[in-house]
Amino acid sequence: MRSTIALKLMMAVSGIIFIGFVLLHMYGNLKAFSGHDAYNDYAHHLRTFGEPMLPYGGLLWVIRVVLVLSLVVHVYAAVTLWRRAKRARTVKYVVKKNKHSTYASHLMRWGGVTLLLFIVWHLLNFTIGKVNVDGGPTNDPYNLLVDSFSVWWLTLIYLVAMAMLGAHLHHGIWSSMQTLGLTNSVRERALAKRIGLVLALIITIGFSLVPVFVLAGVIDK
Amino acid sequence: MKLTLKIWRQADTASDGAMHTYEVDEISEDMSFLEMLDVLNERLNSEGEEPIAFDSDCREGICGMCGLMINGEAHGPQVTTTCQLHMRSFSDGETITIEPWRADPFPVLKDLCVDRSAFDRMIQSGGYISVNTGAAPDAHATPVPKDNADRAFDVATCIGCGACVAACPNGSASLFLGAKITHLGELPQGQAERDSRVVNMVAQHDHEGFGGCTNIGECTAACPKEIPLDVISQLNKDLRHAIRRGY
Repeated sequence: MRSTIALKLMMAVSGIIFIGFVLLHMYGNLKAFSGHDAYNDYAHHLRTFGEPMLPYGGLLWVIRVVLVLSLVVHVYAAVTLWRRAKRARTVKYVVKKNKHSTYASHLMRWGGVTLLLFIVWHLLNFTIGKVNVDGGPTNDPYNLLVDSFSVWWLTLIYLVAMAMLGAHLHHGIWSSMQTLGLTNSVRERALAKRIGLVLALIITIGFSLVPVFVLAGVIDK
Repeated sequence: MKLTLKIWRQADTASDGAMHTYEVDEISEDMSFLEMLDVLNERLNSEGEEPIAFDSDCREGICGMCGLMINGEAHGPQVTTTCQLHMRSFSDGETITIEPWRADPFPVLKDLCVDRSAFDRMIQSGGYISVNTGAAPDAHATPVPKDNADRAFDVATCIGCGACVAACPNGSASLFLGAKITHLGELPQGQAERDSRVVNMVAQHDHEGFGGCTNIGECTAACPKEIPLDVISQLNKDLRHAIRRGY
């Protein structure tokens, strides 16, 4: 079970869990277009979801545990495979062309590190630390969102991060399908690549809409 | 044609190697790449210098013996083996960098020759079917559906040259492995040992020190036999099924 392919399977499955999560997360973000109350109600409902079967915030804790476990698995598999790849070629080529693979596919490892750093900042920004770079209060989710993305450089950080996420998903989605053994013909491979591109675009654009519209003043307090 | 060649020279596995520069002149564009190296070697011989060691055998693109990294591309700019690459693919006055396959499981023996015994050990770990030899069976004794026969034949064209490993940034042999798994897995004769084959061959692949696949496709682009990327999906699928069945 420690084989390179088993590690790739762990990487693919944990990655697919993340894709499910970001789609859900994106849906919540887009509530910002429905205004202050709709957005904050959604944030509240996330915590009361499943009551009284679940305690207050129960669903969020379930999701958090699943996400943290997925992250541990994803990073463990990535680091192990990265080290094995390094050991497989200790003498580098003087000249080496990689012209047949996409740029996104070469961004996977360092792009993944960038995304990890972004996630740390993002959690400090909106979840754990709640930093209002505008100096305002942090107890109202909608107002914190508007205050944050009214700052151009913060919006820029998020847009760059979303572009990195898009690149990661563009290769990662089709790669996960290949790793799961679902692309056994030319047609299936082409379909998997198209699904990867379309989902990556949907997620990148879907996440970028809110910060851009806040900065443009369309979404305001 | 007049060419500048930058070639990796290394006395043996234990020694350090370095790039050396050679000038060659009066190269015909109808020569194969290896014939061009033969011309250089004849000159080196006559000058009392050690000729450049490189692998070759059939020189018609079917044995898998030759293989050079030419200007950063496995087997050079064309989709073919190094022996079937011709000098018309290069231009007069060009500088050509020639290196051996770079992968730690393929140690350099001398100059441009590498030891690809790792592939042999992978085949020995499961890339076969166990049948008693004897008289050839009747061709229609074991029917094979056309689609399966075609796919098996397409991937059976793998000649084990190692270009996939050489081209892969991770030094992975997944395309070679996938070709063997798909070849035998498509045929009725390959079914009995299908699960143990994939588990043992993957274990041997990892044991040899090859890296993991990241599905970027440099291998299939370098493959002189155009083995498609879907054999790696098939490999992954077979391994997943074998794990589920408790292997």
